[in-house]
Amino acid sequence: MDVMFMITCGRYIRSILYLLLLISVQFGPHAVEGVWPLPQAFTSSPERYPVNSQDFYFVYGRQSAAQQGCSVLDTAFKRYFSLIFPDHNSGRSASTMAIVRVTQMRTLLRDVSINQHMYLSHSTTRNGHNGSPADRLSWTIYLVPFCVPDNLSISAGKASLNAETVWGAVRGLETFSQLVYQDDFGSYFVNKTEIDDFPRFQFRGILLDTSRHFLPVQAILKTLDAMAYSKFNVFHWHIVDDPSFPYQSSTFPDLSSKGAFHPMTHIYTQSDVRRVISYARLWGIRVLPEFDSPGHTTSWGKGQPGLLTPCYKGGTPSGTFGPVNPALPSTYRFMARLFKEVSSVFPDSYVHLGGDEVDFHCWRSNPDVRVFMQKMGFGGDFTKLEAFYIENIVNITSALNKTSIVWQDVFDYHERVMVEVWRAGCYLCEVRRVVKAGLRVILASPWYLDQPGPTHNWARYYTVWPLAFKGSEEQKKLVIGGEVCMWGEYVDATNLTPRLWPRASAVAERLWSDEKQTSSVDKAFPRLQDFRCKLLRRGIQAEPLYVGHCKHEYQGI
Amino acid sequence: MANVQFGPHAVEGVWPLPQAFTSSPERYPVNSQDFYFVYGRQSAAQQGCSVLDTAFKRYFSLIFPDHNSGSPADRLSWTIYLVPFCVPDNLSISAGKASLNAETVWGAVRGLETFSQLVYQDDFGSYFVNKTEIDDFPRFQFRGILLDTSRHFLPVQAILKTLDAMAYSKFNVFHWHIVDDPSFPYQSSTFPDLSSKGAFHPMTHIYTQSDVRRVISYARLWGIRVLPEFDSPGHTTSWGKGQPGLLTPCYKGGTPSGTFGPVNPALPSTYRFMARLFKEVSSVFPDSYVHLGGDEVDFHCWRSNPDVRVFMQKMGFGGDFTKLEAFYIENIVNITSALNKTSIVWQDVFDYHERVMVEVWRAGCYLCEVRRVVKAGLRVILASPWYLDQPGPTHNWARYYTVWPLAFKGSEEQKKLVIGGEVCMWGEYVDATNLTPRLWPRASAVAERLWSDEKQTSSVDKAFPRLQDFRCKLLRRGIQAEPLYVGHCKHEYQGI
Repeated sequence: MDVMFMITCGRYIRSILYLLLLISVQFGPHAVEGVWPLPQAFTSSPERYPVNSQDFYFVYGRQSAAQQGCSVLDTAFKRYFSLIFPDHNSGRSASTMAIVRVTQMRTLLRDVSINQHMYLSHSTTRNGHNGSPADRLSWTIYLVPFCVPDNLSISAGKASLNAETVWGAVRGLETFSQLVYQDDFGSYFVNKTEIDDFPRFQFRGILLDTSRHFLPVQAILKTLDAMAYSKFNVFHWHIVDDPSFPYQSSTFPDLSSKGAFHPMTHIYTQSDVRRVISYARLWGIRVLPEFDSPGHTTSWGKGQPGLLTPCYKGGTPSGTFGPVNPALPSTYRFMARLFKEVSSVFPDSYVHLGGDEVDFHCWRSNPDVRVFMQKMGFGGDFTKLEAFYIENIVNITSALNKTSIVWQDVFDYHERVMVEVWRAGCYLCEVRRVVKAGLRVILASPWYLDQPGPTHNWARYYTVWPLAFKGSEEQKKLVIGGEVCMWGEYVDATNLTPRLWPRASAVAERLWSDEKQTSSVDKAFPRLQDFRCKLLRRGIQAEPLYVGHCKHEYQGI
Repeated sequence: MANVQFGPHAVEGVWPLPQAFTSSPERYPVNSQDFYFVYGRQSAAQQGCSVLDTAFKRYFSLIFPDHNSGSPADRLSWTIYLVPFCVPDNLSISAGKASLNAETVWGAVRGLETFSQLVYQDDFGSYFVNKTEIDDFPRFQFRGILLDTSRHFLPVQAILKTLDAMAYSKFNVFHWHIVDDPSFPYQSSTFPDLSSKGAFHPMTHIYTQSDVRRVISYARLWGIRVLPEFDSPGHTTSWGKGQPGLLTPCYKGGTPSGTFGPVNPALPSTYRFMARLFKEVSSVFPDSYVHLGGDEVDFHCWRSNPDVRVFMQKMGFGGDFTKLEAFYIENIVNITSALNKTSIVWQDVFDYHERVMVEVWRAGCYLCEVRRVVKAGLRVILASPWYLDQPGPTHNWARYYTVWPLAFKGSEEQKKLVIGGEVCMWGEYVDATNLTPRLWPRASAVAERLWSDEKQTSSVDKAFPRLQDFRCKLLRRGIQAEPLYVGHCKHEYQGI
């Protein structure tokens, strides 16, 4: 494999991997079933090499732009060491720690690049002396700057990974960790393999809903772990909604003290949020916050009187409230302050504004809203009022240098937004409509995993073809990715994990891998079964796909 | 006089609903420092009764989950008296004293569960119990849950956890569908090859004799019987690996195809093997019932086999393979009868036998089948409407709740033959990762149907808040019970 894949660094994080792994799938007693999601190009040989935790090190290459002190990779090294050697203990004598560095790096070093590259090298030697087991290899991983695409290569004397960004390096380490396996005697091996890799879509998200049920921070962190194992890179945090407002705002503390299920135990403090964001970052996962309005805001009204539209019945207020009141200047002042806070708390350059399922009944019933409609010349067209509202919110977030994402319901009205398609039916028709308008789109419709169904439904989520619509190359590039939605009506920390995994992993492969190589459910099935066992081994409560067993069953009971 | 409406955190009640329940808004503080369970002086059971000694300990922790040996205060002290009574089990709580009268120790365990659900905490963490009078007894005597440990292996810990949760909902039968086609995890002392060759893994995916004993004795302390099922002649693929010659070789075009069908009913060796196996099973599992399976026998392989056909001729069965099946089951029932066990079979084979109890499992008009069985004078267990392994939205609980097991035309005498019902949790898509949320709280809805008076529990709307409250209690007890709908519990699940 000597494919050179030049990448351009766009405005988004790209984790483009170019992995040259020399590893065997078919042979050996416990051959690797492969990597999930499937790399773009994968060749392996039956030749296998022992890997010994005593002699295994990740080391930054001398010329690497990233060096020790790079917190993302320092942490990733530590984390992946434990994932690769789950039963590692510091038993053996230190004399086995012979590191022999590879002196010949396949270089082509160019000078500075604004991108970080890494070179992951595996150096081996036969340590017949110093009391070390003779047939062990020692492993060192170097990171060097490379102006070639990300790649990882493992052979008898060498393992190398080139990644353009640290995030790519993290994905590469995940790939590497899935290639190491244990035989029946507990020894670790890795086979000769070559891999080229990069993601098909740049946006690979999972939505969690923390309003319909509160999810303890620990449940979110665990989900981030599992997301990284499947190479998801966006955590879409649908943090508030009608039932509760668990986000503790520093500007408007009443929102959670009055709008959360419980003001102390069922909230996310500023430090909780920071913890989630920094934890996600170390896995190369962005946190995309959603503050959905003007609908889905019942809980907001408790802590912010005057924000919601009072509904009328028979000429008098009925005591109930509808969507955010779009007729009042105070609404936009409030939103500006709230989103100013949100923008600084959540560093991601995107913010999700929601905009879905706005019910016009309450607006229509309210005389002040109707007067406002007249004044604005909207006549009786409440979609114009909705558009007006969203336009204002988009202006607010634009001024804060954030790009807005909205649900498909309100895409018609705006040119500066990215659109998430969520409705069932002919979702590709809608995708086509959006890209024809020149907007970028995220597809969620086929991946509503909160809908209960048999686990073997994984195939339904797998056999989705996001680009199977008539359109130009240019238009198809506007489909930037997809998202698994895990709404919270019937989901909380008790069932989140088995409902999400391994079905979300099926989506992950659709979003990461080459479609032609991953079109067969039958071929994917044993690989996904194997991957699910890896998830169990890593403590993820992933439910079974069908009858069978894993060497290490789930132990967290 | 129910005090559900009063008090800051009033009790939502008991699940499953007791037969008679009266409570007053009057509440009494309960302090873990001063709380004791004591055997009544005239009680037949006294200290040393392991079931109640253990139950006392266990329920103390369940009632006071955050008990620490803090401040003794000016609280009333509580003593629970157990006295032998020849009246139905009843529980009465008044100031400083609660007394539980139960006819059996098992009734006492159920009563302790009821009591534990009556104690609640206010916002300051103080415990209270309201003045309450309860008379209670179960509507059906058989309230079971089936776990399938063949399609997926369930670690012993997962079984024990399920037993805990069963006790909280007053289930009393653990139907252990221990072996089936995919694997044979039961480690037989007579035939060790069955698991060493038929389990998913001969060391890590088996139930040793000591595992089985542990499950049985753990279940017993909760008042739960363990009903073993060794399903035959179908569903036995895994048996064949460790017991060559047991299964019927299938033929294709006059020669053996290399595949195997159900147990071979034509060979005397089959019955010798079964006699020895069931002899072991009878001594390992003390319950007086044994489940013989008998479901879904496919006749294709028997029909293809020339030896089986010869045997059919010899026995005068002609071409009627149901007669062969009946002959086989008859033989197995004879074996278990000789071991003083009563046999239970799936509905598929009920036609042929008079000494069995029948479990109705097929979908469709299951009450028609129930009626058919009781008309034949046999006892019946209903499982059809309660296949909880079938995935569906959680709010399906109402579907499981609104089942009326006796809504068929029949005499009082016949209706008495419906001895209970069972939740089936088959293992195709279920293992330790998703067993608990798939089972609870939906199985609790079934529990109320099987325990409580039907007239008092016919409304889904009335049951909903009580079940929500009960589900929060399950979370508080560490049971990973999934939510019924949007909302929250004071103590969310922490086991992540």
